[in-house]
Amino acid sequence: MEVTRRDTMVIGGAAALTTILPSLSSAAIPVNELIMGVTGGADAATSGIDLTAPEIAENGNTVPISVDAPGAVVITIMAAGNPLPGVAKFKFGDGAAAQAATTRIRLAGTQDVVAVAEMADGSFAAVSKMVKVTIGGCGG
Amino acid sequence: MFSRRDFLQVGMATSAIYGASGFGSFSKLAAQQKLSQDDLLRFDTYGNVSLIHITDIHAQLKPIYFREPEINLGVGSALGQVPHITGANFRKMYGIDDGSRSHYALTHNDFSALAREYGRVGGLDRVATVVKSIRADRPDAILLDGGDTWHGSYTCHHTQGQDMVNVMNALNTEAMTFHWEFTLGSDRVHEIIDTLPFPALGQNIFDAEWDEPAEYFKPYTFFERGGSKIAVIGQAFPYMPIANPSWMFPEYSFGIRDENMQAMVDEVRGLGADLVVVLSHNGFDVDKKMASIVTGIDIILSGHTHDALPEPVLVNDTVIVASGSNGKFVSRIDLDVRNGQMMGFKHKLIPIFSDVITPDPDMAALIDGERAPYIDQLSEVIGQSESLLYRRGNFNGTWDDLICQALIEEREADISMSPGVRWGPSILPGQDITREDIWNVTSMSYGKVYRTEMTGEFIHIILEDVADNLFNPDPYYQQGGDMVRIGGMGYRIDINKPQGERITDLTLLKTGEKIDPYKNYVVAGWASINEGTEGPQVWDLVENYIRRNGIVKVNPNNSVQVIGA
Repeated sequence: MEVTRRDTMVIGGAAALTTILPSLSSAAIPVNELIMGVTGGADAATSGIDLTAPEIAENGNTVPISVDAPGAVVITIMAAGNPLPGVAKFKFGDGAAAQAATTRIRLAGTQDVVAVAEMADGSFAAVSKMVKVTIGGCGG
Repeated sequence: MFSRRDFLQVGMATSAIYGASGFGSFSKLAAQQKLSQDDLLRFDTYGNVSLIHITDIHAQLKPIYFREPEINLGVGSALGQVPHITGANFRKMYGIDDGSRSHYALTHNDFSALAREYGRVGGLDRVATVVKSIRADRPDAILLDGGDTWHGSYTCHHTQGQDMVNVMNALNTEAMTFHWEFTLGSDRVHEIIDTLPFPALGQNIFDAEWDEPAEYFKPYTFFERGGSKIAVIGQAFPYMPIANPSWMFPEYSFGIRDENMQAMVDEVRGLGADLVVVLSHNGFDVDKKMASIVTGIDIILSGHTHDALPEPVLVNDTVIVASGSNGKFVSRIDLDVRNGQMMGFKHKLIPIFSDVITPDPDMAALIDGERAPYIDQLSEVIGQSESLLYRRGNFNGTWDDLICQALIEEREADISMSPGVRWGPSILPGQDITREDIWNVTSMSYGKVYRTEMTGEFIHIILEDVADNLFNPDPYYQQGGDMVRIGGMGYRIDINKPQGERITDLTLLKTGEKIDPYKNYVVAGWASINEGTEGPQVWDLVENYIRRNGIVKVNPNNSVQVIGA
């Protein structure tokens, strides 16, 4: 549904909610396009990178995510449905004990979170995961 | 040489036969003669370990009526699979005779007539008798509580869960996980946990600030039973801060966290667990998916979605047991655990027929003692129902229709909304409605009834949002409740469409006009997850409505058209 959720809101389970959910982007960039933008058009492997994110965000304004790509020199995080999809770029030097990072990101509605790792040999690995941002309420 | 999987499949077959014969024999028997407690509880003790599972009691200390759902739709891979099979199809699947006790216990048809014949179900004094009987066979049987225990009644609300804590302690509960308990507020939850004689479990209960495992909750506990080491891992309701008011427990974060579940399974195996049990409040479809992802779990004791299944479901090598709700069922699972493996199991879903099982006198006295200070309030008759009042089902139940009508009339609203929760006993036609009955379907710590204006567009967004929490084809994106109940408005829903396209034809019933996305409508509703909601408590509002009407009647509700079922 292409609707703006920017106004004051109400409940999911049927109650008045004052939380402001940012707009549900109707112009999410395709995941593959975001990946290609990082790899410069090269194909990315689907293994070798793990992305941990909640299935449903408890708070869309601060969503905890973790990424782990052994052997990576750079890991790029993107949020496909945010007005500015670029979230973070982690660079790992030779002395890094692990090529992993944890942070919190803000999501403007339900969307795919994308992580792309560039390995030392110049190859890429990518993964995406949908995170739902919901009004909530009504839990059984 | 039998593999472990062969053993499990043999076990499933045994269970299927046993389950069917267990249910079949007493249902046939009941047609000719009175069912005895011995018949109901008969179980040839098996293996070396017994588990007893009870879940989603919702504070129902006394026997009640509880109608199982007529509509419980599955989408995606859940289509046509249990628990998304109801009524005659359910009876056919499990070989249950029409009109039998099992029919009454497990399906919705002819509910009022069968309820008059077979009586009330549940009552924790009867549950105590069953638990004692199992422990007479197997003294070290492990009793596990799947949560949604300290919520759902007048006395539970007024004692802030203490009545249930006292009763569950007296049952010698040995571990527990959580959902509605958190709506008591985290301070009260901590206060109770400090007194519990058993561990409070939840591998997915994390500190919200640091995203680290929470101190108050252990991920797992160990039992040494029957010469085996048994690990029980807790899995609390994953979507607590989304489905319930997060401001009541701001310190905590939840989620499914199946990576951490795998880590915990590996950890307990590394510590020598011969059997790994997950005590879960995920809901059945989420448990099925989790069992397909996490390896090494032997048994999932499944709660939250209130399903009662006479046979377990096997996903890969994991056995999933669903034990119903509201004190209506107890599951017994006997296991043969040898050489670090579950070699076989036997299972029985025991319906708590209150007129068949003799109440345990000590427990009956304890329960009556808990209720005594409130008995005048509880037993006051507010009115009478001409109709069968029930809640369970994906869309409106008659209890919700009554509540929605009360919201519209008492708050002068165009449209009303009532949460799609799955708890709340039923009332038979002609039965008095007491204050206790009203509280059984409404009590909660955030029950105030708001009155506000919403645009038609926003009402549509709410319906789409809740529908996706129920009908998303991926169970990990489901929250496990039912559709928000709507009064004063009709709609059409195509359950197989994506979010944003499921709900159409929103119609204001009083005028027959289409809902205008840009127009404001007055909406009354309860169970807001928002802090600071103002209005009368829903139980007071419903009591006023029933008292004013004297005898209430709920007409058939055809305002929701369901497509794709």
